[in-house]
Amino acid sequence: MKISVIKDLLDAEVVCGEEFLDHEVHSACGSDMMSDVLAYVKDQAVLLTGLVNPQVIRTAEMMDMVCIVFVRSKTPSEEMIRLAKESDMVILCTKKRMYEACGKLYLGGLGVSAVK
Amino acid sequence: MNEAVRFHFVVDGEDFTSAGQASVQVKKNLRRLGIPPEIIRKISIAMYEGEINMVIHANGGEAEVLVYEDRVEMILTDRGPGIANIEDAMKEGYSTAPDNVRSLGFGAGMGLPNMKRYTDGMKIESVVGEGTTITMTVNLT
Ligand SMILES: Nc1ncnc2c1ncn2[C@@H]1O[C@H](COP(=O)(O)OP(=O)(O)OP(=O)(O)O)[C@@H](O)[C@H]1O
Ligand SMILES: [Mg+2]
Repeated sequence: MKISVIKDLLDAEVVCGEEFLDHEVHSACGSDMMSDVLAYVKDQAVLLTGLVNPQVIRTAEMMDMVCIVFVRSKTPSEEMIRLAKESDMVILCTKKRMYEACGKLYLGGLGVSAVK
Repeated sequence: MNEAVRFHFVVDGEDFTSAGQASVQVKKNLRRLGIPPEIIRKISIAMYEGEINMVIHANGGEAEVLVYEDRVEMILTDRGPGIANIEDAMKEGYSTAPDNVRSLGFGAGMGLPNMKRYTDGMKIESVVGEGTTITMTVNLT
């Protein structure tokens, strides 16, 4: 699935990384606990989260993730946007809540990666 | 390359916002050394979990990363409260993190198990009241 499709499915706003919207992604995970995200190392490409602090960007960076979706209208700080740009990441913001956002992407065909 | 390439970091315990910076730097350095991305990912995640632990549980510490021809070694040392029961601490879901740490996205009790999962060797030495040293090794071959 292209990141641009994620944007459309979630009615999301692009905060940064407009130039990477054509990038293909194949898996996603949703969590507010960063160590839960870090527990599944296999090619997670998209992180959906309601947590907003710089550790979200660093966690995604450690995992080589390419796109972060902030749910429930959370907006990242300037510092977070700067970190994301440095790592060529796309940041999207959606009004949808976690459950609905994950559901939309799943129904849209974005799978989960096989556990470990 | 017979001698190890060595990186050393001081991890600030006062500043949660900058926590993880050492791991980000290690990741960059390992890329420059041409280590395969899947191995870099494992090393960075293990190091990041250890670094965050030093910040949230031990008021900071030091990290030393040694890159040998056949392996990478990470040594994380702090003078925090120590870990009373290492066996318990290693269990998935075990955490003593207070609510304010949880609201920052940590405290799932997954950090130490993740560190073990992503490394080929891990040793925890800890003395209550004195501090903790965690040594992790990831094989490159
Ligand atoms: N460097 C340390 N100094 C003192 N105690 C530690 C240290 N590292 C871990 N611990 C103890 O071990 C417990 C388990 O650590 P672990 O990293 O697995 O989970 P956590 O840090 O609580 O949560 P998570 O890593 O999922 O965000 C911690 O809650 C803490 O009590
Ligand atoms: Mg931890």
